[in-house]
Amino acid sequence: MTAAAAATPMIRMSGVDKFFGPLHVLKNIDLEVPKGQVVVVLGPSGSGKSTLCRTINRLEPIDKGTIEVDGQPLPAEGRALARLRAEVGMVFQQFNLFAHKTIVENVMLAPVRVRGVAKDEARRTAMELLERVGIANQADKYPAQLSGGQQQRAAIARALAMRPKVMLFDEPTSALDPEMVQEVLDVMTTLAAEGMTMLVVTHEMGFARKAADRVIFMADGEVVEDTTPEEFFAAPKSARARDFLGKILTH
Amino acid sequence: MDFLSRYDLLGAFWVTVRLTVFSAIGSLVWGTVLAGMRVSPVPVMRAFGTAYVNLVRNTPLTLIILGTSLGLYSTLGLALADETSGTFLKDNNFRLAVLGFVAYTSTFVCESLRSGINTVPVGQAEAARALGLRFSQTLWIVVLPQAFRAVIAPLASVLIALTKNTTVASAIGVAEASLLMSEMIENEADKLFLIFLAIAAGFVVLTLPTGLFLGWVAKKVAVKR
Ligand SMILES: Nc1ncnc2c1ncn2[C@@H]1O[C@H](COP(=O)(O)OP(=O)(O)OP(=O)(O)O)[C@@H](O)[C@H]1O
Ligand SMILES: [Mg+2]
Repeated sequence: MTAAAAATPMIRMSGVDKFFGPLHVLKNIDLEVPKGQVVVVLGPSGSGKSTLCRTINRLEPIDKGTIEVDGQPLPAEGRALARLRAEVGMVFQQFNLFAHKTIVENVMLAPVRVRGVAKDEARRTAMELLERVGIANQADKYPAQLSGGQQQRAAIARALAMRPKVMLFDEPTSALDPEMVQEVLDVMTTLAAEGMTMLVVTHEMGFARKAADRVIFMADGEVVEDTTPEEFFAAPKSARARDFLGKILTH
Repeated sequence: MDFLSRYDLLGAFWVTVRLTVFSAIGSLVWGTVLAGMRVSPVPVMRAFGTAYVNLVRNTPLTLIILGTSLGLYSTLGLALADETSGTFLKDNNFRLAVLGFVAYTSTFVCESLRSGINTVPVGQAEAARALGLRFSQTLWIVVLPQAFRAVIAPLASVLIALTKNTTVASAIGVAEASLLMSEMIENEADKLFLIFLAIAAGFVVLTLPTGLFLGWVAKKVAVKR
């Protein structure tokens, strides 16, 4: 990698505004995420965290401003956008595994259909990934036959199968029973340690402290704080963040 | 009962079966394309799909079938068979009828499928798009296969309705079961009820197993969430 390439941020948002009808959900967002950084996004419900995450691969189009991924501005809907999305992994709160395909088929699908990888090679890679997230023995089951934690790990493997440059996580553990949260966080922590660029919306403070390089706190569609986890948890600057932390940490 | 053996009942029902099968295949294909248009991001396609379905679905079938014969063939000269062949009229009317049934039945296939598409959670399509699948891939690989499984039972009803609707083809002289029935009634007026019964039984034999079989398939392939 040349110095210039290394200096290009993985995600750059500048002056981004997003409305849902009259509702202003993202207000003039400026955000740069350098390569290899792990960013945790915190904030009260409705503050725009999911929307922020979803604008980065244009699942939600924006009304104003620009978004670049690895120096490339987001294209309009079409083939070019599909190509860019293939390089941005996304993990959803509800897993969204394809219900009519087995776990290994879920993981193979995009490499075969989008990248044109041969089936047996895609299957080999898929099995390696499933091994990595600890569910290789579930490969031939359907999503509905797996626990939530297993489904979410399969969904992470599915995203990784595209060898993405960056991974977006939107509350990946919020739909899980408490005893399954850790197995998913462990996979994410390993991924972070391996140098993956990650933007993670989560309420898991343990993960934020342990794996994040940076914490972004949002409220009412604005980035209110942007700092290190240590500083954020020890001494939040804004009243909104103190209030939020008070609520989260007391239960 | 032996007066029945004077008529080619099997032959007539065979025409019914062929009308049904060809029309069903055509309707499935064209209905799926229409459904794809109706959910497409391209406004022109959506408008066409909507206009087509609303226009054709609300036109009486008899009008459509007569329209293929009087309009497409007699007026516009569209021939779907070899005009020099000895069986031209028979073949041409059969094919025109199939065309009419496809045009009509596809609107019901399209609407069933569209309701099936609505049973597929939006997260499925979002996950597909997020992985880099294009709109057509998302539709064909992820959404439609799940939508189809959800609507096999309603599609079975469409198929059964189609089987019975093929009797309308007698309006343009296709020699299917109901045309034979009219002929039989003219010749054997005293056996009216027997004739009705025989023809009705023939249709039940065709539709009942279809319904039962597809009901079983519907359960078998249902997507578990
Ligand atoms: N598709 C939509 N149409 C209209 N309003 C929406 C839509 N999606 C989100 N909103 C609204 O936009 C605001 C921000 O939503 P968003 O989902 O980004 O919040 P969030 O921070 O992720 O909240 P949560 O913690 O509850 O997930 C909310 O007020 C929400 O009701
Ligand atoms: Mg959210």
